[in-house]
Amino acid sequence: MIETQQSQPATSRGTTLRTEEMILNMGPQHPSTHGVLRLELVVDGEIVVDVIPHMGYLHRCFEKHAEAMTNYQQVVPYVDRMDYLSSMGNEFAYVVAAEKLLKIQVPERVDYIRVIMAELQRIASHQVAIGTYGIDIGAFTPFLFLFRDRERILDLIEEVCGARLLYNYFWIGGLSHDLPPGWVEKAKEFCAYLKPNITELNNLLTFNKIFIERTANVGVLPKDVAINYGCSGPMLRASGVDWDLRRDDPYSVYHKFDWQVSVGRGEVGTVGDCWDRNIVRVHEMEQSLRIIEQALEQIPEGNVQEKLPKRIMPVASEVYARTEAPRGELGFYIVSDGTGSPYRIKARGPSFVNLSVIAEISRGAMIADLVAILGSTDIVLGEVDR
Amino acid sequence: MNQLLQSFFGDTLLTHIVMSALPLLFVLVCALVTIYVEMKMAAHMQDRVAYMRTGWHGTLQPFADILKLLQKEDIIPAAADKLLFMLAPYIVFIGTYAAFAALPFSSAYVGSSVDLGLFYIIAVSALVVIGILMAGWASNNKWSLFGAIRSASQIISYEIPAALAVLAVVMITGSLNMDAISKFQQGGVQNWLVFGGPLPIVQKLLLIPIMLTLAVIYYVCSMAEVNRTPFDIPEAESELVQGYNTEFTGMKFALFYLAEYANLFVVSAIAVVLFFGGWSSPFGSFMSGPVWDAFWFITKGMIFVCVNIWLRWTLPRLRVDQLMYVSWKVLVPFALVCVVLVGAIMVM
Repeated sequence: MIETQQSQPATSRGTTLRTEEMILNMGPQHPSTHGVLRLELVVDGEIVVDVIPHMGYLHRCFEKHAEAMTNYQQVVPYVDRMDYLSSMGNEFAYVVAAEKLLKIQVPERVDYIRVIMAELQRIASHQVAIGTYGIDIGAFTPFLFLFRDRERILDLIEEVCGARLLYNYFWIGGLSHDLPPGWVEKAKEFCAYLKPNITELNNLLTFNKIFIERTANVGVLPKDVAINYGCSGPMLRASGVDWDLRRDDPYSVYHKFDWQVSVGRGEVGTVGDCWDRNIVRVHEMEQSLRIIEQALEQIPEGNVQEKLPKRIMPVASEVYARTEAPRGELGFYIVSDGTGSPYRIKARGPSFVNLSVIAEISRGAMIADLVAILGSTDIVLGEVDR
Repeated sequence: MNQLLQSFFGDTLLTHIVMSALPLLFVLVCALVTIYVEMKMAAHMQDRVAYMRTGWHGTLQPFADILKLLQKEDIIPAAADKLLFMLAPYIVFIGTYAAFAALPFSSAYVGSSVDLGLFYIIAVSALVVIGILMAGWASNNKWSLFGAIRSASQIISYEIPAALAVLAVVMITGSLNMDAISKFQQGGVQNWLVFGGPLPIVQKLLLIPIMLTLAVIYYVCSMAEVNRTPFDIPEAESELVQGYNTEFTGMKFALFYLAEYANLFVVSAIAVVLFFGGWSSPFGSFMSGPVWDAFWFITKGMIFVCVNIWLRWTLPRLRVDQLMYVSWKVLVPFALVCVVLVGAIMVM
């Protein structure tokens, strides 16, 4: 428990005025904490004096589970369940780390399919992020528009691997299935379909006057604070830091595509405000489409599963590999003791790190702003708690 | 209508009961229809179809909802103030229902043709605030209390520009009687007050921009008074869970729900009376008569209800301080200037 803090007494004409502060429990059952997060708020009327996030309601001992697996491949379905809105992104990070540990080079076709899937997943994940953010601000309709489009992505992914949320698609050294015939054309159709819908979204939500009023200059995260707290992904880029692991620490085949890193520019407010975080996600959707289109054009023929021994036995060593998941830097630190199962797996999750900055940028905001700030960080509690 | 009923029943208590029960029937039907229309409109705006299985295109769904709510357990939180908690939904509903008494549904039917009709409606609908405050306080829930306090501050702030808009109309018509205001605008679209009313041409032309502004001001205020998006701050579900009615279940919750939709019609109806000719037909004497009048009144009212629904499912929500800003720094000054201009034009 925390002690009740007292605000600075406001003085007017020599008399001191002080209002009593109230401790307000936001969550774990609250519509806009995006899962089972509990925020302990100290409020002075509508003004938030302090925020203390409490988490762990969804803790599933993922890292401990991973140690009990009999081989490295068995960890993949658990990784799916971390950030359940971007399972492909999680798998990507894990297989990149595991392949680095095992020193495997996957066929080029595998890398292309992985990039396509990861970028489709990024679009789907940002669609949920922007849609639920609209709900946080009070606009319900964009959410359903975005879910309509996300449905198409899930259909595409379902066609490839049979699952819609938790895929177990990226395997160490390859993929579980090759693309079905005709899939590439369908994916191209989807890219053409989505572009006008992003414009529609911008007209309906992003450039709506009330939406701008609610999000511009709210929850400003300065560059240095963002870096000090270790923020990553759209959260960091919105603060004006031009940093994207896909370009700055390339993995897979990202270096082969022509695309841009979107950075917050403070178009309607200050750099690093909630609106910037939202627009960075919108731009990233467009850039992901660019990457997908190029990848679909260039995708080579070939095998999708590297020949691997039945039982994977890495040499005793440790690796860290990081990827740009939709929410930021997702890294896996794997320690191997030379046996078939991992000795230790540590996941560096972006949601967990991004959540830590909430208190810093919410002090002095209103309760409604706090909801806007929390929504703009786009956390997934499955990954915060793991 | 009163005479008609008296010819059936004589001047007995029964006449008055039937007379006052008619709006109640209308409230229930209107609320159910509005709920259905809202769900369907929202769904079609969002590329969905909404309910399709209860009756033809889900027409029976509102009844099913009410039946479900009737069967629900009536929970009163242990720490709640029981008396206030039980009273609150009724006060909210009474405040809304009482407003129907002065609404002129047709040239032949107005529950009570009081000379202070407009004043009465503004006063009575303020009762809703008390009910909401009671609900929020009695729930003994911090979120509910937040909702209630927000609601009180919001409704009080928005009553001022709304009252100023009403004042301008009263200055033109010279009456607070809603029936008289409707009669004043008879004779077709061009006589509606939003287009300057049946005044000499110079005055009329001068009044048109002012009345259009006032109509917009009144409509914005009416949205705030019924707590609808973009002013649904008291029940902002993403911030305050459900606002003042979080702890209510079953029929108590249903009463809040019914009152909200009935209130939606009341404020739209007031807008219709003030600016859009009340029950008078838009085509002069064509399609007018007691039954047509009722038709026009309800149709116009429902059009504004639909506009409200349309806005609700399009716009995000304002923040508390922005809400106050809109009221005190935008609507009130504009309304004041309009009132002064209307006064000047009328004495011209």
